[in-house]
Amino acid sequence: MDLEETMLPGVGVRYRLRTRAGEVLGIVLRREGAAEVAVYDRRDPDRARGVLHLEPDEVEAVAEVLGAPRLTQRFADLSREVPGLESGRFPIGAGSPFAGRPLGDTRARTLTGCSIVAIVRDTDVVPSPGPADPLRAGDVLVAIGSARGLEELRRRLDGPA
Amino acid sequence: MDHVAQLLVELGLLFTGLSLLGLLARRLGLSSVPFVLVAALAVGEGGVVPLTTSEPFIEAAAEIGVVLLLLALGLEFSADELFTSLRHHGPSGLVDLLLNAPPGFVAGLLLGLPWQGALALAGVTWISSSGIVARLLGDLGRLANRETPAVLSVLVLEDLAMALFLPLLAVSLAGGGPGTALAGACLAGGAVALALLAAQRQGHRLGRLLGSADDEQLLLRVVGLTLLVAGLAQSLGVSAAVGAFLVGLALPASFAERARSVLGPLRDLFAATFFVAFGLSTDPAALVPVLPAVLLLAVVTAGTKVATGWFAARRDGVAVPGRWRAGTALVARGEFSIVVAGLAVAAGIPEVGPLATGYVLVLAVAGPLLTRFVEPRGRPAVPRSLA
Repeated sequence: MDLEETMLPGVGVRYRLRTRAGEVLGIVLRREGAAEVAVYDRRDPDRARGVLHLEPDEVEAVAEVLGAPRLTQRFADLSREVPGLESGRFPIGAGSPFAGRPLGDTRARTLTGCSIVAIVRDTDVVPSPGPADPLRAGDVLVAIGSARGLEELRRRLDGPA
Repeated sequence: MDHVAQLLVELGLLFTGLSLLGLLARRLGLSSVPFVLVAALAVGEGGVVPLTTSEPFIEAAAEIGVVLLLLALGLEFSADELFTSLRHHGPSGLVDLLLNAPPGFVAGLLLGLPWQGALALAGVTWISSSGIVARLLGDLGRLANRETPAVLSVLVLEDLAMALFLPLLAVSLAGGGPGTALAGACLAGGAVALALLAAQRQGHRLGRLLGSADDEQLLLRVVGLTLLVAGLAQSLGVSAAVGAFLVGLALPASFAERARSVLGPLRDLFAATFFVAFGLSTDPAALVPVLPAVLLLAVVTAGTKVATGWFAARRDGVAVPGRWRAGTALVARGEFSIVVAGLAVAAGIPEVGPLATGYVLVLAVAGPLLTRFVEPRGRPAVPRSLA
């Protein structure tokens, strides 16, 4: 898959992507935050047709819908790039001692050396959460660290506080 | 009515009129520049509402309008965009110059203008209106098209060329020979390079110095600095516009974004006043005899612009329909042609005024219509402007 990036002077950036189904998708991100999404004409592949214009708030909404699952994917890619660094997802069950308590109470970094880089809550993602961010049952913590650290973190999250 | 009352009423009528014209232009999907020019021709001496009391204000505001137009232009593109455009489309920029400036120069000489006037006319025919073209591409839903980067690159290179051309013209108009003119252009070239370098190395400092969370502070600082630099440039004989452009260029991209949004409305207001002032200073009666020449020049340079866009789009590997779209999109001339002509008129070559007015009137309207026309039939672009 090739994502082609082109600078549009004075306007913003254009991304082009040929999907496996053979369509070419174009996304123009304008500097002021609006965006245009278009599919290219099959008869005139230089021409965008069906252009969808998104205002900045709409861009954000769409980005969130598409981006939430992507974020965890990114961490997985990251750990693949850096040897010795792994990522893991840790669900907080209803019976977890940390449900309803702030993230800082897990003392994950101090005790296991792992960084909790995001909390995934339904379709929302809290990126780089702070120690005061509360954990709820059903949250999934995304953490990166060494394989051993992650194992310790898993035991700690499941075990008694 | 006392003086103040009359001044306010005149300006009130003027701005209300401009707003109605802008509305009409938007509805028709055209630029408001030609409409403002026609209206200004009409309200001049002996018109419906002779603007007498407000004339000194309009003249001063017009000067500020040019400065803000060029400041906004400098803010518009970053050094990155400039170098990318130069790398990919340097030859397109050269073709643009070689095809579009000579017709204006030759026409000027044939019409009996002094060579400085012909040089100004070369600038008028050379520079596309980046304002009209960029908005047109958005309105027609063509921003994602393959030919669009080529079109925008040509515009960026023209904008940069303006920074070199304006001082050259200013020095020539001031009565210097070709030698002084060249020296002036070299000086301006050096200043542009320096400003770009400064933006890359020290831009963040300038940004911090001018930056403020408060919009009012930001506006006052940026406008203050720009007017200072523009005034100094003018006193050195390099044209205020170039000074303003340099300030815009030297501001870092991160800061430019906010400055653009804060300055935008102010620029629009003063730029509109500039077009009014230009129309006012032009005698409508002088337009009639030059009309055939203007039409011929418009046809020729519409053709050369299409060729320019064709060339630029082909460099990007765009197929024939896209080359037509790129070429016709570039045809529109507008604000910068008027800026160039304004310099010549102010320097005492008033014949350039009617020529440029007629020329911009024709191409600011014909350009957008032409490029709509080449869109394949039966598959209209998304009519965002009507939404």
